[in-house]
Amino acid sequence: MTDVKNTVAPALEDESQKPSIFGFWLYLMTDTVLFASLFATFIVLRGRTAGGVSGEEIFSLPYVFIETLILLISSFVAGLALFTARARRKALTISLLLVTGLLGLAFLAMEIHEFRTLVTEGHGWGTSAFLSSYFTLVGTHGLHILIGLIWLGVSIMFILQRGFTDRFLTRLTMWSMFWHFLDVIWIGIFTIVYLVGIV
Amino acid sequence: MEFFANLLGRMDLSYFWHGWVQFGAQLTLIGAVVLVIGLLTYFKKWKWLWREWLTTQDAKRIGVMYIIVAVGMLLRGASDALMLRLQQALASGNSEGFISSDHFQQIFTAHGTIMIFFVAMGLMFGLINLVLPLMIGSRDVAFPTLNSTSFYLFLAGVVLTNLSLIYGEFGSAGWLAYPPLSELAYSPGPGIDYWLWSIQIAGVGSLLSGINFLVTILKHRAKGMTLMKMPVFVWSVLGAMILVVFAFPILTGTLFMLSLDRSMGMHFFTSDFGGNPMMYINLIWAWGHPEVYILILPAFGLFGEVVATFSRKRLFGYKSMVWALMAITVLSYTVWLHHFFTMGAGGNVNAFFGIMTMIIAVPTGVKVFNWLFTMYRGKISFASPMWWFMAFVATFALGGATGVLLSIPAIDFQVHNSLFLVAHFHNVIVGGVVFGYFAGLTYWFPKIFGFRLHERLGKAAVTLWTSGFLLAFIPLYILGLLGATRRLDHYDPSLGWQPLFIVSGIGALLIGLGIVVQLAQVVYSIWKRRQLRDTTGDPWDGRTLEWSVPSPAPHYNFARLPIVSTRDAWYEAKHGGNQVFSGEYKDIELPRNTGFGVYVGILSVLFGFGFIWHLWWLVLLSSVALIYVIIRRTYDENITYVIPAADVERLDTRKAAI
Repeated sequence: MTDVKNTVAPALEDESQKPSIFGFWLYLMTDTVLFASLFATFIVLRGRTAGGVSGEEIFSLPYVFIETLILLISSFVAGLALFTARARRKALTISLLLVTGLLGLAFLAMEIHEFRTLVTEGHGWGTSAFLSSYFTLVGTHGLHILIGLIWLGVSIMFILQRGFTDRFLTRLTMWSMFWHFLDVIWIGIFTIVYLVGIV
Repeated sequence: MEFFANLLGRMDLSYFWHGWVQFGAQLTLIGAVVLVIGLLTYFKKWKWLWREWLTTQDAKRIGVMYIIVAVGMLLRGASDALMLRLQQALASGNSEGFISSDHFQQIFTAHGTIMIFFVAMGLMFGLINLVLPLMIGSRDVAFPTLNSTSFYLFLAGVVLTNLSLIYGEFGSAGWLAYPPLSELAYSPGPGIDYWLWSIQIAGVGSLLSGINFLVTILKHRAKGMTLMKMPVFVWSVLGAMILVVFAFPILTGTLFMLSLDRSMGMHFFTSDFGGNPMMYINLIWAWGHPEVYILILPAFGLFGEVVATFSRKRLFGYKSMVWALMAITVLSYTVWLHHFFTMGAGGNVNAFFGIMTMIIAVPTGVKVFNWLFTMYRGKISFASPMWWFMAFVATFALGGATGVLLSIPAIDFQVHNSLFLVAHFHNVIVGGVVFGYFAGLTYWFPKIFGFRLHERLGKAAVTLWTSGFLLAFIPLYILGLLGATRRLDHYDPSLGWQPLFIVSGIGALLIGLGIVVQLAQVVYSIWKRRQLRDTTGDPWDGRTLEWSVPSPAPHYNFARLPIVSTRDAWYEAKHGGNQVFSGEYKDIELPRNTGFGVYVGILSVLFGFGFIWHLWWLVLLSSVALIYVIIRRTYDENITYVIPAADVERLDTRKAAI
């Protein structure tokens, strides 16, 4: 029993006690409050379409559902990558991280495609308060995804150049928390923006 | 040719010249900068500045830098105040005063913004950096590099605000820039953008500081210091930082949306296309009300330390003090709507927020009585921090009383947007926050610099500040009741207001004199530093851990980390209680200096400047550079250095004492 414990679990426990991990949790809380103010603004402004389109007319639920699935799967793979990284399995970790990154890129591409379609159809962010708040809320999430992807790229480079140092593993834990956090926010967006917007 | 014109965004030579009054200000500012650069070059101090100060990771030095910047900004904010007072004393009837309407609006906007964000916040983070790690028996804050980065983000805000004086203009829509006035349609110039990006960048710095100090308090306390054994100042900082962490993201989000309105043509808060300006006002005060408690809570906490020390008594009602602090922390999120009772949210909503506002006065009252009962039957010594305390109690109680008046919506409808309100919030902010931080600066000065501030000059400053304050703001209460609205640059003589405005102006001059005396106090104390030297490390017979180390405090704070078993651990140790320091000396690991914060600060200034003047290439360039600097930092493995145990023992002059 003790052997099993010594491989993964204790590292996890120690990790969560680190001030930097605790600090990162606090950071995620502040980011949640930032999103909360964007959500609140969206809810207040969603009906203010200024004679333009409403959510019902422009959202496609199947499209967004695929986006959601891609993001959730990428988070699952990211979780696996953290475990393999703690076991210091270099090749496997890098491939898992690459899969995560590709899924993240696919998500981002789908979002950009959705935005582009809206803008070319004449429903840009300057058309109404509703569209301003929609583009900002979803776009801010997208911007976070982009930052997460850059961070991911840097992490892969770091593993290739320096391997798994202790400080790196702590940072990778933070990145993984960040990535899961973006899932949570996306579930909020999926529900409040798209589901409520269509139903 | 067109290509180069696009590179310059909306920059234009005409933004240099605004008139003679502004020209004087521009010359003063440029002169001050040139003087500092000249002195540094003449005395060949650049390397010293970089090595010892700019790149330092020592919280105490970062604290000193915060305070120097805040004092510099206090001088600017106070000159703004004097100009406003002079204008209002003069501009009645045929006299138009000496400032144009537009300039007047920029001045009151700058005054409010500077005093809150760069003076009060700067003094607060400065004081916390100076003493918080010492008080909880820690060698440093949780994240030293983040701490220095926070400072440079704060400084970047300061730089942008002052840059607006030299090139461009500042916001003219008040310190919170209410839309739709602050929207592009009504404020097309770069002024609002200067305001917006100064606050945005400084705000991110404050947010990061909030996280940093929360982790420091919760994870870096000395052994044995349970939460209920923390000094009450630490509790107050804990409350304030919880507020920072939950309130500042709202500010970031709100400013973000306003900047999208202005730069990308969105319609969050515009008056057309479905925008809702009241949403902005709700959001900004959902940050803004907690913000005033962020400023006042540490002042409350440090008075707890000052009063107990100078009364030679344990703080009366420690537990009720802690509960009061935490109650204020929570309640401060439930009162924001009292800033706009007249919005028309309806009777029930106004009643709720009115009642909550009255309730939040209760824990504040508890604290006042706790301080007074601490003094009761104490052996009080009336040193200058105690003078600040007494000035605080008298003026703050008055401000609190007018606050409860304003909390009644029916009364608020009568006096909202009037000088009565202006008098009220100056009453609590000057009387509470400013007097509090001055008390703290006087009290902790010897711990940082090794000598005390001159007492008699300090007391003269308290006298000037207090009398000047009353003279300046009591007339404003009367004027407000007479119907004078705030932000007037001209009024009719038949109203009979001018004499009161003149009295108020004289009061402002007295405050100005108080500031001059304070500067003289610092200079004179440096000159007489030998007589004022603190050889004991404990000049006031203190109670908490910061007084257990020599003055000035060594850069590693504690040679051996303290072990705490009671509240007021150092006072108990001096009087036969458990020892605070014992055991072996160990190696000390400290963070190595780094220029990371400086680079982030410079790039943030460029980023903000790019946004203000629509230099999109600069925005892109500085963003990429910022990402590069951060990535480079993660590759930096050599970030700490070690002082060996033997050296620590040799350096520790205190080992014989206790």
